[in-house]
Amino acid sequence: MDAIVDRFIQRPGFDEDVLAKEEMLDIMAPSSVPTLSLPPISQPSAFLRAHTDDASNPDVRIKIAHGTTTLAFRFQGGIVVAVDSRATAGNWIASQTVKKVIEINPYMLGTMAGGAADCQFWETWLGVQCRIHELREKSRISVAAASKILSNLIYSYKGMGLSMGTMVCGYTKSDPAIFYVDSDGTRLKGDMFCVGSGQTFAYGVLDSGYRWDLTVEEALALGKRSILAATHRDAFSGGSVNLYHVEEKGWTYHGNHNVGKLFWETKAAESSFNNVSTDFTSDD
Amino acid sequence: MDVILGITTEKEVIVITSRAAVRGVSILKTDDDKTRVVAPHTLLAYTGEAGDTVQFAEYIQANIQLHEMRNTTELSPPAITSFIRTQLATSLRSRKPYNVNVLVAGFDTATDKPELNWIDYLASRVKVPYAAHGYAAYYTLSLLDRWHRTDLTLAEGLEVADMCIAELKKRLPIDFKGVEIKVVDKDGVRTEKVTE
Repeated sequence: MDAIVDRFIQRPGFDEDVLAKEEMLDIMAPSSVPTLSLPPISQPSAFLRAHTDDASNPDVRIKIAHGTTTLAFRFQGGIVVAVDSRATAGNWIASQTVKKVIEINPYMLGTMAGGAADCQFWETWLGVQCRIHELREKSRISVAAASKILSNLIYSYKGMGLSMGTMVCGYTKSDPAIFYVDSDGTRLKGDMFCVGSGQTFAYGVLDSGYRWDLTVEEALALGKRSILAATHRDAFSGGSVNLYHVEEKGWTYHGNHNVGKLFWETKAAESSFNNVSTDFTSDD
Repeated sequence: MDVILGITTEKEVIVITSRAAVRGVSILKTDDDKTRVVAPHTLLAYTGEAGDTVQFAEYIQANIQLHEMRNTTELSPPAITSFIRTQLATSLRSRKPYNVNVLVAGFDTATDKPELNWIDYLASRVKVPYAAHGYAAYYTLSLLDRWHRTDLTLAEGLEVADMCIAELKKRLPIDFKGVEIKVVDKDGVRTEKVTE
């Protein structure tokens, strides 16, 4: 302990030693947080807003993909992650086949809501940081540490137009964990999160069917059903459901389920969605 | 709509913080802790802009801890408060100010007295017997004006705290998912009670 304390005690003459000071700066610069290179504009955030914010100006040049439903929850058998696959730019459906679960590495998943590029880029970057940690420390990074690397990075770009709402899911040793991280710098640990424009619809179904002792099959079905509910009511969610199960040994993919087909199957099996008629001949 | 409340009694400070973490239209978390222990006898409770709050609190916490390591001595609550105020004041005139309001609850082991400080994001600092941030202040300050005494015992203090929480539950339009009640006294910081 004394040796550690000793390193932080200021020695006389330390400040005069300019060379040592410069060396210190190099060592102290955290390698996980890159330096910011800004575009040659006086106000980058205002510039970006002027060109991307389609809410205030529908004629903007760049429309960023928004609108999503993603969810993740912890239960007895690990973690279930479920997402939709629609990308929208304004009222235009840009794609119905987006991969919104980002496979950071074989035992950690990240979800994508908000700017598709922001999530994709920074979560793959997070994968790199996790690998570097592994090589340096000879042990797997904890989910808490990984999500904090991401949230600190995001926070360093606060107010500059990043748009992300993500869940970092995985195992720390034998302990499953989910961290919610978003572009205003929030980082929350929790058992259950729904993120995106369809979050309220997903929460509704998820909360009503959730128990800690759900079986793996039940949990996967509940995750899938919650996303289906959101795709039905939220215009900006749709396409298909991508399902994942995370266990101690790593994650497994549980398929892509097209909402077009899944909806009618679910409706028939549950006799639910009674606002939708199956009688295409009658007028009422 | 976060609730952040502080009440000094004769020998301790009671700190009350709401447990809900709200983003947009959803409550994302119902067991959120809006405090950080910055020194053995000093607790920092915070509200404000998402992201800024935790970053600022942990920045303060780290710097106080570093100071403690370097000088092998605990900083007093007024010293810590003064440091926090300076940081907020400097931040206020920077390109990207911290949008954070805090309460600093401490027990000064030198004078053997509890101390509560109210600081907002504009870096105004006041030493007060009781304080609150946000909408909670509108409901509770009048209650505290009426019922607070400087010679309150811990039990009496907790009773006044319960009155405040009951009023907030009754009148605040949004459910804040209960509170964490913490006490700072000569023995340090402890969690007294957690409500639903």
